[in-house]
Amino acid sequence: MTKFTKDHEYIKTDGTVGITQYAQEQLGDIVFVELPAIGKTLKQGDEAAVVESVKAASEIYAPASGTVVAVNEALSGEPGLINTDPDGAGWIFKLALDDAGELDGLMDADAYARIAV
Amino acid sequence: MADAPAEPLLHVPLNDRHIALNGRMVPFAGYCLPVQYPTGIITEHKWTRDSAGLFDVSHMGPSVLTLAAPTGDAEADHRAVAALIEPLVTGDIAGLRPGQLRYTLLMNADGGIADDLMVGRSPLHSGSLYIIVNAATKGADFARIAAAALGKAVLHRADDGALLALQGPKAVDVLSSLLPGVEALGFMSYLRFEWQGAALVVSRSGYTGEDGYEMLVPAASAAAFWDALLADERVKPIGLGARDSLRLEAGLPLYGHDLDPTVSPVEAGLTFTLSKRRRETGDIAGATRMSAELANGPQRLRVGLFVEGAPAREGAEITTPEGAVIGRVTSGGFSPSLSRAIALGFVPPAYAAPGTKLAVLVRGRSQPAEITPLPFVPHRYVRKPAS
Repeated sequence: MTKFTKDHEYIKTDGTVGITQYAQEQLGDIVFVELPAIGKTLKQGDEAAVVESVKAASEIYAPASGTVVAVNEALSGEPGLINTDPDGAGWIFKLALDDAGELDGLMDADAYARIAV
Repeated sequence: MADAPAEPLLHVPLNDRHIALNGRMVPFAGYCLPVQYPTGIITEHKWTRDSAGLFDVSHMGPSVLTLAAPTGDAEADHRAVAALIEPLVTGDIAGLRPGQLRYTLLMNADGGIADDLMVGRSPLHSGSLYIIVNAATKGADFARIAAAALGKAVLHRADDGALLALQGPKAVDVLSSLLPGVEALGFMSYLRFEWQGAALVVSRSGYTGEDGYEMLVPAASAAAFWDALLADERVKPIGLGARDSLRLEAGLPLYGHDLDPTVSPVEAGLTFTLSKRRRETGDIAGATRMSAELANGPQRLRVGLFVEGAPAREGAEITTPEGAVIGRVTSGGFSPSLSRAIALGFVPPAYAAPGTKLAVLVRGRSQPAEITPLPFVPHRYVRKPAS
């Protein structure tokens, strides 16, 4: 089940992280993505990536603690994938979780829908 | 998100139109204005470069300075009103022809730039100037101009209506279908037009690098005129986000970012605004610094930069390739037309030549950058319309 943070990241059960449909709408056209290094270890809440819209840079935080095992290289050439398919082709990085139990503290889709307005 | 402002935000006359178009309303210079519409900044930006974009810039400060007792001798009256404002600005105001508009700089006593503005000579009225200043500075500017003119001329604020801009290669065809005759205006000239009984002040000017117009419209006619322009399928509404990316590509400075009270006209690369006559007479506020910089060169110069990788935003440090900090980015972002990061900033003259390899620090990491001639995207002004 996909879980959500108050900062509008999602994390899937396989550790795939991206930003939500609501977040991409708020940011507008994404023009650059700074990806984390593979192998980087992150604590929950650490700055993991940066997405830049025309107007501003926004940090993406690790929804849970873990090690970066994959990054979406396609975003380097086509950052707009985050706008067109945030939940699919616009994923950002994938974590091997230290403790899957951390996800229990995040919002489910219903709870997130109430803050993403 | 921005903090809640201390003062309630002012609304422009077209506020309801922006909300109806689902504009994303943000605080800007004390006003509530659309930063973008649902299509987004890149689409709006490209639409303006390809067709015609409609901007609401009613937060800005249009005004009219009128002699209290004009003689009716047009040349004498113009010289008299020009003499009131010239000591405050860099430009040759006395030399304006009727209906001519000039970009100039309001100076402080130290030789820094207090604002950049447009000053025009009325095409109709003897001893009357049309003055358009920036939103964030308009209170201070108006107070200074009114004080300088005290007893001799009266400054009438005209910022209670709508100031609209129609910009892009199709702007001339769109606007001339509503206001026949605008096609005959050359760049930086203006005239009064009637539209459905309302008097509009229309100039061929703008802040995008494209051909286009700026139009002062009475508040009561603003919505109908806005609707009439948007009824043309060549026109789409454009928010402040694309206004900023368009002016950045055009290499045009933004007051409060690229220009501020510490920056001189020479440093800003705006020496073209210095009137030759007035340089010789030296009757410009802050003339001492200006003369010294013209003779000996300035400490720093405004330059354009191509940046590799992530956009370098305002405040990013500019360094030599070896890492010595030599300056700072004052405006930076992504160029939708060029699909790459561009920036304006200040560096010492020794590093200002086009082609000079430098670097910028973005989030602590060094990225290559190169001095690039301005504008980044060529201007397409129409100086002499085909008759």
